Amino acid sequence: MSDVFLSLTHISKSYAGVQALDDVSLVVKPAEIHCLVGENGSGKSTLIKIIAGVVTPDQGEIVINGKPFRRLTPMDAIREGIQVIYQDFSLFPNLTVAENIALNYELSRNARIVRWGQVRQLAEAALGKIGVRLPLDAEVESISVADKQLVAICRALVQNARLIIMDEATTALTEKEIRALFKVIHNVQQEGVAVLFVSHKLDEVLEIADKAMIIRNGKVVVDVDAANLDRNKLVYYMTGRRIEEADYDYTPQQKRPLLEVIHLSSRGNFQDVSFSLWPGEIVGVTGLLGSGRTELALSLFGVLPVDRGEIRIDGKPVHINSIQSAIEHGIGYVPEDRLTEGLFLDQSINRNIVIRTIDGLTGRGGLLSITRLKERARQWIRDLSIKTSDPELPVKSLSGGNQQRVVLAKWLASKPRILILNGPTVGVDVGSKSELHDIIKNLAREGIGILVISDDIPELLHVCNRILLMRRGRLAGMFDRRELDENKLTSLLTESTPAAPAASTTQSLSPQIG
Amino acid sequence: MSARDASYTPWAWTRSLFGDGNILRLLIACVVIFVVMSILRPDVFPTPENFLSMGSQFPEIGILALAIMITMLTGGIDLSVVSVANMSGVLAAFVIRALIPADAEAGQVALGLAAAVVVAFLTGALAGFVNGLLVAYVNLTPILATLGTMTLYTGLTVAMTRGNAVFAENRLVFIGNTNVLGFIPIPLIIFAGVVAVFALILNRTAFGVKVYMIGSNVNAARFSGINVRRVLLMTYILSGLLAAVVAIIFLGRNNSAKWDFAPSYVLQAIVVAVLAGVNPSGGSGRVTGIVLAILALQFVSTGMNMLLFTISGGQFFKEFAWGALLLTIMVANHLSEQRRLRITRRSKPET
Repeated sequence: MSDVFLSLTHISKSYAGVQALDDVSLVVKPAEIHCLVGENGSGKSTLIKIIAGVVTPDQGEIVINGKPFRRLTPMDAIREGIQVIYQDFSLFPNLTVAENIALNYELSRNARIVRWGQVRQLAEAALGKIGVRLPLDAEVESISVADKQLVAICRALVQNARLIIMDEATTALTEKEIRALFKVIHNVQQEGVAVLFVSHKLDEVLEIADKAMIIRNGKVVVDVDAANLDRNKLVYYMTGRRIEEADYDYTPQQKRPLLEVIHLSSRGNFQDVSFSLWPGEIVGVTGLLGSGRTELALSLFGVLPVDRGEIRIDGKPVHINSIQSAIEHGIGYVPEDRLTEGLFLDQSINRNIVIRTIDGLTGRGGLLSITRLKERARQWIRDLSIKTSDPELPVKSLSGGNQQRVVLAKWLASKPRILILNGPTVGVDVGSKSELHDIIKNLAREGIGILVISDDIPELLHVCNRILLMRRGRLAGMFDRRELDENKLTSLLTESTPAAPAASTTQSLSPQIG
Repeated sequence: MSARDASYTPWAWTRSLFGDGNILRLLIACVVIFVVMSILRPDVFPTPENFLSMGSQFPEIGILALAIMITMLTGGIDLSVVSVANMSGVLAAFVIRALIPADAEAGQVALGLAAAVVVAFLTGALAGFVNGLLVAYVNLTPILATLGTMTLYTGLTVAMTRGNAVFAENRLVFIGNTNVLGFIPIPLIIFAGVVAVFALILNRTAFGVKVYMIGSNVNAARFSGINVRRVLLMTYILSGLLAAVVAIIFLGRNNSAKWDFAPSYVLQAIVVAVLAGVNPSGGSGRVTGIVLAILALQFVSTGMNMLLFTISGGQFFKEFAWGALLLTIMVANHLSEQRRLRITRRSKPET
């Protein structure tokens, strides 16, 4: 046995002319925590898929356990002990914790009879290995996101994982749960299992990594011992020289705020939030998942009920208790998850664009005018440079960036005065991202008030002129763009309580490591 | 125009005509069945008499299939259509008996029939309204809600009639017996009219587009400000109205209405809708598909009858033929869909 578990050499992969990975080499040793760091669209996911055998590289060599693989299949990868925990965990929500952990393994024996006692034992043993307790008989849909993740880790261990790949594992977790997860990862490491931890969050990387590989635009920037890294270096490596984006310079246009939110509360979601939005402003709303940022947006859009407080538009108090009423007041909302909430994937690009304004597109005899419909859609396709060969094709034929433009177009068509963008560039490639940012800035220059909900720090800094920070359902700060830089905003965003700086948490972990 | 437009072929217009290929396959099936039957039984199949006979057989199921289609487009279903038709028919027959005495003059007859039709439509709309309330506002699963109301409406009809047939005093039989210009059965004209109106509603009104959008992604529809509940309610009302149209045709054909008439039509209408390419989970399906599917099925069953009537039990072959046709078309659709997916997967970059 060599002391190298996995080695990738000179891996390249391109999709339709776009170089997703360019000459990437990676070595993972047993019981090593290796971080893979990069921004959205840097090629991280492609690399994971190659290691998992889901995607075949155009060039390069894959060696696992000393065995070279010309064409690695997902079955090969699993047999060699590679387990990927994707963001959705791929668990069975209607089965119990024990069944989720052990059933895959039990079924892979190919026996006709399931040994239920064995299932429980296996599950219990796996949970023991990572040092956590979970109710074995609870249905997985009833447990928390963090616990689901632990179930996924245990399932990987039961299947004799030698390398566990965790894709953006902390996105949906609270600070406390992240701490607990890191403990578990160290326990996994004690079992001799390597972990490839994929992230774009600097603090996490600095805290957990033995080694870190940073990739940008499909190329390896650096692959070093984590000891040689610090926050500033990481930021530099991650962002590097990139498309220079001018910050948004806001010039006050009018004397009256467009939107005023006064002591707004929604029970269980957020409390006592007050701020105002002026015409032409782009205000960022940021915070970790669970900070109440999305809930605030949903309340302004009439989806979540408001218990207390007031919303004023043009100085007049308004009641927003349904999506329809929000729309009547000129509010538009581009949802966080464009696939489930924003788009009609099977329907044509044309229909997706005009659906908001379809009631007004009538022609002779009150019937829908197909000519006007197509003309309206064509205008938006041109204005937002949506790349398509035929607007009658289903919208799912478009790339992520173009899909997002369709959702934007849908809302812009109805001429909103206030536009709420929730994660406007999630899953959009780097080039398309800055173009979307330009579109957003131009909209604001035309006098629309825009709220951008995001945890993408460079995005917030490039696009917004003011940034609101939310923490545990409360407004924790309001900053002018000019007061902030990337480091400052990052630390504001990630510090949970004043009493938990990185140093003290490392300390609390050390007994576990030793 | 960018370089990508190279993929724009001169054949693109055919998509608007044939949709996703399913319509084209149905058209081919229709033509093939027609030609084969004409070759096998040239003496009886391609004859005016047979066209007349076929044309008077399918309109009810065709209209019921449209009712199933519009609810399916939203991702739902309306199992109560036939029970609504029977209830509307019974009430219309009551009105005819009450308002038109045996020695009535032409004016009185016309007035009475108009009232009967209005009552049938009101009944259909009300029954659809109840279905719509249960689905859109109480959030019951459509299949369960309409299964419940199906039983409910049937029960009401039994109670109103004590389980007996209600006769329409020969006042509507002209619908079942008259052939306009000597060769077009009235039910066929009604069917054509309903198809035209329905196609217009689905393709050329904002409501129609919203129906498709809701079926495609109800969440996105909500976030786009579509009043989903109202559209759903309208959909089920429309389905009830179509059932009322069928009620009138039933009365015209049978001269009576009864609570247990034609229960098998529900499943047959679903077969037609599915064969037509209506996606049971919503969002896609065309009126053209319904017309072609009902024609193909009618050709098959008539043709089979003609081929096998000498054999004892030959008439039962109709069910077999329908099933076989349905499965063939569905397998063909599935295979072509898979091929299409493979192609797009190969050519599309992942993000």
